Amino acid sequence: MSVQQTDKKIVEVTNLTVGYGKNVVLRDINFSVNTGEIFVILGGSGCGKSTLLKHLIGLYQPFVGDVLIFGENIVTAGETQKSLLMRRFGVTYQSGALFGSLTLAENVALPLEEYTRKSPAEIDTIVREKLRLVDLSGFEDYLPAEISGGMKKRAGLARAMALDPTLLFFDEPSAGLDPITSAELDRLILRLRRELDTTIVIVTHELDSVFTVSDRVIMLDDDTKGIIAEGTPEALRKHSANPWVREFLNRSNMKRKQA
Amino acid sequence: MKKKTMPTLRDFVEGIGKASTIIRCDCRDMIAFTGDLTLTLLFICRHPGKIRWRETLYYMDLCGSQALPIVLMICYLMGLILGFQAAVQMQKFGTEIFVADLVGFSILKELGPLMVAMIATGRAGSAFAAEIGTMKVNEEIDALSTMGLSPMRFLVVPKMLAMLVTMPVLTVFGDVAGLLGGMTVGVTMLDLPMVVYYNRTIEVLSPTVFNLGLVKSVVFAFLIAAIGCMRGFQSENDAQGVGRATTSAVVTSIFWVVVADAILTMLFSVLGF
Repeated sequence: MSVQQTDKKIVEVTNLTVGYGKNVVLRDINFSVNTGEIFVILGGSGCGKSTLLKHLIGLYQPFVGDVLIFGENIVTAGETQKSLLMRRFGVTYQSGALFGSLTLAENVALPLEEYTRKSPAEIDTIVREKLRLVDLSGFEDYLPAEISGGMKKRAGLARAMALDPTLLFFDEPSAGLDPITSAELDRLILRLRRELDTTIVIVTHELDSVFTVSDRVIMLDDDTKGIIAEGTPEALRKHSANPWVREFLNRSNMKRKQA
Repeated sequence: MKKKTMPTLRDFVEGIGKASTIIRCDCRDMIAFTGDLTLTLLFICRHPGKIRWRETLYYMDLCGSQALPIVLMICYLMGLILGFQAAVQMQKFGTEIFVADLVGFSILKELGPLMVAMIATGRAGSAFAAEIGTMKVNEEIDALSTMGLSPMRFLVVPKMLAMLVTMPVLTVFGDVAGLLGGMTVGVTMLDLPMVVYYNRTIEVLSPTVFNLGLVKSVVFAFLIAAIGCMRGFQSENDAQGVGRATTSAVVTSIFWVVVADAILTMLFSVLGF
């Protein structure tokens, strides 16, 4: 599926235990993401997918365990080091998380203004290019409140890509989108990998996109608070030893057959 | 009907324990926030180029110019009320001219800064908490962090600077409006010539009195901005959470403004001002 996959690990998670207060949400998680891969973290609602993502990107401190991104440990990193590390990857949030007081162009320009010494004209060129990449040309001067949910997500993606990161995290890219918009977003994700060689980590429960985009998935489980399956989605659907995994992944077929 | 059980001593002790824990956590958060804020402000002093001027100007407009009509109105009425109450008492003794003293001192030292602070709490403090709380719900704060940008520098510093600049200015306007309120009573009710009232006011008030009021307003500005922002960051991730954060920002600000006022007033009198 992928063109230039190498085995170099870009994200490495070891013995990660996460939770809130005294509640453990996930226990002893181990996995790694290879460079150039589209990696999907899959699971039912409330199994801690988003929680795991927020620990991967360094927003929350885990109970124990390490998260290595680009070979650097984000868990033990100091404030400055962490902030430097965070600039090297992009994150798109469920609702886009655009800054409401800034236009789309200003949102995308923000990291460029902060971290590069580019002139306003150069920044403007990059901003237009990024917005074109997510099919939002012509919407530069719109405020986030003036565009639809799907557009917000795409604009959030443009902002996440502003500094040309080699690693992108997506939190539920298709949540709240209609099937067509969702499929467009999947195509966009594939195009990004094809054109820019970006490694992509996606958290989702949308099976359609899982089968379209992913190279490898891990499945999280609520009861065991851990990973219950790992592999390519096709292989898991057909051959997983765990019946619940097979059922979960076959759901999308059932849906199609009924339709 | 079931008889209501009397609260036992145990409940009472438990209640105190719970309340103390909450207060302790609140104090710890406040100290942590103040520390973080201080570091960021020091950083800003060393790198003034890192200030988001556009946002700062926006908040200056929001907390300053847009608040001016209501500040003038409230302070004028405060002067009027104060003048009226004083006039009723002073007339009994035939010492009407002292209305100018009473109104002048009260407005400049206390009511000017305090009324402006109350208006700023209601307008700006609540807005800060609601804005930051909503940003938290929308994951915008997370987005800032993962872009490697400090929420403190982006969200708190512009608001803080705007408040520190606009509050003293508003207080000056409030002071003038309050004095005019007193003068209105003096001229209309007590039939004092305008120039007499004016001269008496100028005679008794000193620059120190005026400056003490401004010092107070700067302290209030810091408290209102810091508490508004802090409550916003503490907001829970839902609509009701933002509502509670806003309420809490207003209540906490009013409380601390009054406490600070008391401390400053005592401090000034100890220092002999």
